[in-house]
Amino acid sequence: MSDYRLERDRRIDVAEILKDLASYHPRRRGWTWRTPAPKLNLGPFEYHDCSTPLHDSVGLPPAHYFENIDPQPMPVITTEIASGRFEDDIRRMRMAAHHGADHIMVIRTAGQSHYDGLIEGSPQGIGGVPVTRKQVRAQRKALDMIEDEVGRPINYHSYVSGVAGPDIAVMFAEEGVNGAHQDPQYNVIYRNINMVRSFVDACESKRIMAWADMAQIDGAHNANATAREAWKVMPELMVQHGINALLSHKIGMKKENICLSTVPPTATPAPCVYMDLPYAVALRELFAGYRMRAQMNTKYIEASTREATVTHVLNMFISKLTSADIQSTITPDEGRNVPWHIYNIEACDTAKQTLVGLDGLMEMVELKKDGYLREKARELKERAVLFLEEMLEHGGYFNAVQEGFFVDSGLFPERNGDGISRDINGGIGAGTVIKREADYMAPVTAHYGYNNVAQYNESAVNDPSKLIGGCTFEDPDKIVFIDELDDTDNVYIRMREVEQYAGPSAKLIKPEMEWLADGTVLLTLFFPTDVRHAEAAALEVGKRMNLVDCEVNNREIMQEAEGTRIEMRGRFPFDIDLDSLVLPKEPEVLSDDYMRKDIERKPMVVVAGTIGQDEHSVGLREVIDIKHGGIEKYGIKVYYLGTSVPPEKLVSAAIEVNADAMLASCIISHDDIHYKNISRVDSIAREMGVRDKLMFAAGGTQITHDAAVAAGADAGFGRGTKGCHVATFLVNERQRKEGLLNN
Amino acid sequence: MKRTDDYEKRREHLAELSDEELYDRFWGSIDKLIEPLLKYGYEYTSPAIERSVLLRMGFSSLEAKEIVNGCLEHSLLGHGAGNVVYRLSKAEGCGIRQAGELLIAGNSWNKAVKLFEGGSADE
Repeated sequence: MSDYRLERDRRIDVAEILKDLASYHPRRRGWTWRTPAPKLNLGPFEYHDCSTPLHDSVGLPPAHYFENIDPQPMPVITTEIASGRFEDDIRRMRMAAHHGADHIMVIRTAGQSHYDGLIEGSPQGIGGVPVTRKQVRAQRKALDMIEDEVGRPINYHSYVSGVAGPDIAVMFAEEGVNGAHQDPQYNVIYRNINMVRSFVDACESKRIMAWADMAQIDGAHNANATAREAWKVMPELMVQHGINALLSHKIGMKKENICLSTVPPTATPAPCVYMDLPYAVALRELFAGYRMRAQMNTKYIEASTREATVTHVLNMFISKLTSADIQSTITPDEGRNVPWHIYNIEACDTAKQTLVGLDGLMEMVELKKDGYLREKARELKERAVLFLEEMLEHGGYFNAVQEGFFVDSGLFPERNGDGISRDINGGIGAGTVIKREADYMAPVTAHYGYNNVAQYNESAVNDPSKLIGGCTFEDPDKIVFIDELDDTDNVYIRMREVEQYAGPSAKLIKPEMEWLADGTVLLTLFFPTDVRHAEAAALEVGKRMNLVDCEVNNREIMQEAEGTRIEMRGRFPFDIDLDSLVLPKEPEVLSDDYMRKDIERKPMVVVAGTIGQDEHSVGLREVIDIKHGGIEKYGIKVYYLGTSVPPEKLVSAAIEVNADAMLASCIISHDDIHYKNISRVDSIAREMGVRDKLMFAAGGTQITHDAAVAAGADAGFGRGTKGCHVATFLVNERQRKEGLLNN
Repeated sequence: MKRTDDYEKRREHLAELSDEELYDRFWGSIDKLIEPLLKYGYEYTSPAIERSVLLRMGFSSLEAKEIVNGCLEHSLLGHGAGNVVYRLSKAEGCGIRQAGELLIAGNSWNKAVKLFEGGSADE
């Protein structure tokens, strides 16, 4: 085997992942939940519902204020990654894992559920990825490395459905896939696969999944996404969950591996929490012992990523008020396109941020035990029971489906007659199930149903694969690996086309949203005009920016005449040569020891404040305070004057305490007020004849060194500045003034 | 079917049930609904199930498909595709893979049919 390893600062080399796949075997089977870390102490905080932190991860944007902590909530966090090119998805999986995803779900290419057998090789997909043994093996292998890097097992997941469910279940069990969607009702209702075939196949698939200890997610959320008025299918959702859950349990799955895919059914501007919470409560009461996979609402997503994000935060509020074992994330661009890299990451961060932000909530609040919430929850359960009773009256599940019971937009027992009806003798795969003969036999492990092994060997009845010396589940070397079947559509051809951009040492790059070197960019624009003109204007802007294939993918009215917000995608058709880029110099940082000694040699006094009409204090406090590693830790004496300090006062305070330096923080930047205030400090100090004696540095999120110097400061510090950067400037600058340093 | 919401009337027999009794009623009904579905799964098989058996016996997906199609053509699938391969391997005194390869080559189907003539082995 190759000794390829991931390195933190190098892109994953997909070509290395594809090597030696024929001999790769997964290192474990089964699903992994997060490990609880009660009373976790991270940075200055104690957490109440978090899990073990990661070895390596990317924290939320403000983490640097809190010692770069990255608390991980308790639910497993899902992200769905399937751009059509699995090789590009591998890179996205690594990014997602670093942002807290530990459940990577691969959506299948359009039409795979109607493919009668396994797809092999690595063809490109549409709206998803053709799930094949090669693709699964490559991604599982990559995830093995990624999980070592982040320090947490990553669950890999796809779909066991369609007319090849059992084939896929076997392949997943062999390849170490940890979770899968499996719900025959999905086949029947949404894929029009014959219902008898679907249930017969499902029994086998579930038994195989149970053997592999896989987590199963059902398909009930699709009723929510399909029904005309999504909130009215709540009773039916409980029925669908119940059928799949108990069926699975009776076939041999343990309850804790059976996850209900549950969606808060409605979204704003509906009063969604008021409607969704009683449903969430009812469901969790009826399904105690089973697991909740909290899906997010997709039914009402539009093209605004902000709006989708808020809906999803509200969905997670429901998760927090009730429970979620797996928190799914839907990318906020789901309403526009197949998800892009950055939106998978946004969605993972939204989940992490929300759940961490709500940490410990239920220690402080509880749901009411009477009133509307209880009454509504009870009503929904009763409606579900009535649904079941009517199904039984009509002769059971198959008849009920035939009569259009499911996905009717009426709140049961109301019926609108618009349900999806399927013929028991119709659909794909109709008439393909065959009655097992008395001598029926299958010499394999994890086979469901009648199996006359005894005709050959009584002692093999509980271990049928003994007849053949073990099947692939006992002896993985028996698995036959097919590399490629189509030499015109495979990963090697696709990778060759983008060779010059690929691999850790590529010198050319392009902007990218889903596929390597796709060149896709997204522009946000505002035009002071109506929607139609704004859209046309945006396309014109794209053309003049030399972008190609421009397409407006979101438009929002600010006011009909005053303006329109536009988001537009396009392709940037040029390469950027990394070697041709001029990078600004990294700020110099002297050693802590050196700086301490220099302050010991000669004490230093500094006055500091946020100047102008500006109440921001956090950044400057970070730069000053000893507990944040600020300049005080080197022994510098700081007089902190507070916020909204007039420039005159900064200078007069410096004179009064005989300071060596002035530090001015300027956060508000509207109309260049930050630079105007810097100039004011400089000119007042000059008028008072102290400018030569006083060092003067300015900082703020919108400050650049060059512009601050042009405005009259000796140095400028922008976003990300730490005490050591400012201290380095002060020590160097004083030595320069003393003549100890040449410029 | 169209029907207005008659929940209040329909729920009369549920109104007095405790939450626990309602819970039991829910799961009792589910149990009744899935019982015949499980029975179907127990008594029937399908081409996909038989392919999945052959995969576990060490055949590739392409080979599994061919063997299952052959079994369908020769009305043998009800005995189990794995059983056909297994019995042929015993009759030929060869390994499982070799038996499958004989079927894929197309020469051994008549022999396979004969092996299952006269009903099942235990009849």
